[in-house]
Amino acid sequence: MFRTMSIFTSLIKKETLHLLRDWRTLTVVLIMPVVLLLLFGFAISTEVNDIRVVAVVDRHTDVSRLIMERLRVNSYFTFKGEVPFNEVEGMLRRGETDAAVVLRTDGGEIRSQIITDASNTNMAQTSVAYIESVIGGGGDVPVITSTLYNPQLKSAYNFVPGIMGMIFILICAMMTSVSIVSEKETGTMDLLLVSPVRPRTIILGKLVPYFILSCIILSAMLLLSYTVLGLPFSASALNVVWITVLYITFALSLGMLVSTLVSTRVTALIVSGVLFMLPVVMLSGMIFPIENMPLPLQWLSCVIPARWYIAAVRTLMIQQLPASYVLQEVAILLCMTVGVLALAVRNFNSKGLFNNAEHP
Amino acid sequence: MNRETVISVRNLTKKFGGFTAVDNISFDVGKGEIFGFLGANGAGKTTAMRMLCGLSYPTSGTGTVAGFDITRKAEEIKRHIGYMSQKFSLYDQLTVRENLRLFSTVYGMSDAAIKSKTGEIFAQLGMENMADTLVRDIPVGWKQKLAFSAATMHDPDVVFLDEPTGGVDPVTRRKFWELIYRASSGGMTVFVTTHYLDEAEYCNRVLIMVDGCVRALDTPAALKERFGMQTMDEVFRIVAKDAGRAD
Repeated sequence: MFRTMSIFTSLIKKETLHLLRDWRTLTVVLIMPVVLLLLFGFAISTEVNDIRVVAVVDRHTDVSRLIMERLRVNSYFTFKGEVPFNEVEGMLRRGETDAAVVLRTDGGEIRSQIITDASNTNMAQTSVAYIESVIGGGGDVPVITSTLYNPQLKSAYNFVPGIMGMIFILICAMMTSVSIVSEKETGTMDLLLVSPVRPRTIILGKLVPYFILSCIILSAMLLLSYTVLGLPFSASALNVVWITVLYITFALSLGMLVSTLVSTRVTALIVSGVLFMLPVVMLSGMIFPIENMPLPLQWLSCVIPARWYIAAVRTLMIQQLPASYVLQEVAILLCMTVGVLALAVRNFNSKGLFNNAEHP
Repeated sequence: MNRETVISVRNLTKKFGGFTAVDNISFDVGKGEIFGFLGANGAGKTTAMRMLCGLSYPTSGTGTVAGFDITRKAEEIKRHIGYMSQKFSLYDQLTVRENLRLFSTVYGMSDAAIKSKTGEIFAQLGMENMADTLVRDIPVGWKQKLAFSAATMHDPDVVFLDEPTGGVDPVTRRKFWELIYRASSGGMTVFVTTHYLDEAEYCNRVLIMVDGCVRALDTPAALKERFGMQTMDEVFRIVAKDAGRAD
């Protein structure tokens, strides 16, 4: 027992030293989450600001003046003044304005039209929505919109769970599998396998350091989210930690599964990169809303663990709901983790780490 | 042969699908012997050796290493053997000292034993000044000696060397064989695969494998006499001339 422990700690120490001395990789791994968070949090945003808008008004009334005044003072718009109708198309074409509001008085009643440059769909949709709300404000039926949980519609909030979903796949699945497979390639795995160390001790010695690294990154990301990005802090932060630990466990199992299946670093990289990372970015709802996808892709997204993880973290972190609201997600993640872990352990027991060795 | 038998193999076979890598081989190796395992690339040397080390499971046949059955007591065997791979595998990002420490811990050596053994190795190889250098920064010849030392630190009954001199210049190879002799004179059995035929001359006995089968097994002197040749190189050419798998 004592010996097993000292062997185990020396394996962990070895792995840690390897990680620390490979400072390039380590820097990337530690800096990347922070940079991504800050980048998505501040620089890149899906909010639409400074929509340039012109107005075409055939007869000034109180209502039309009111609408123009609103466009002028609203910080989301840059009101570029009044223009004649026949200039609108030219301005849109030359990119001098993003949208035009046409107000026509017809039999004492005002009719409005919004013309917008839809070469950027996202921007066009958003500006139409903004302008409608400005014009509609003068109508008979008052519409009161309240955006819950993220009242300022800050896109940073949305990206935090997504980036976490991505980063842990990267560190746990990709780095672990690459590091195990590279030991097969350099032959050091053989040295461990001919020694009296049990294969499961070898594997645990590989997984534990990456688990610790993930936990460090998790703390850094949470710290940044709750301070710099200003996410509202609440008791649900603890739930975020629990579910992330589950997700990390899943990703580690995935890394172990990959390392039992492939025998070169390149394959391990490709498998983790293409098979795991790409779906996380494209199909997990991190960037593209799942609800907008065609049905087959929506079904496909169900098998992507990051989808459930990200959904759960959003609920916990942004909506700040108690854990009972993410039971479904947790259950699905748990099943996936158990499944992948069982598969990895089975593969490991039947083939061990020998599959690379089984060449004449 | 009146030596105590350390390795004994009977009808050992390994198949990969339809391909028979090792085909029904049998031999014995005595204690303290330097046993050369010769063959072209693809002859099945490495596969045979891996079965003896417990890295690969035989398709059929039996064998014992250090008194333990290779199919049932692989875990016991592991405590009594050392292994050096053909790439002088060590951890590149660890220092010389850290590598030695890791491998001796893995073999269950005590702290005190590790300390004295490490000092002994540094003195013997004259590499005290490299103790705290990363392994990736030391020359290949030193790496080779170090890999051998790491494989023999725990005083195994048998040490398996898989092409331990590949890609190394003749002078360094010669020096490496001095290490092998020293280990063997201390009673350690050395099982070495090689395709350098001049090295075959240094072995006590030589086994020549061709296409997975044992084609010749004797002392270098007896083999040269039997084939009427001056060198092992010429012997090997005759024995392996009809090899189908060589590349």
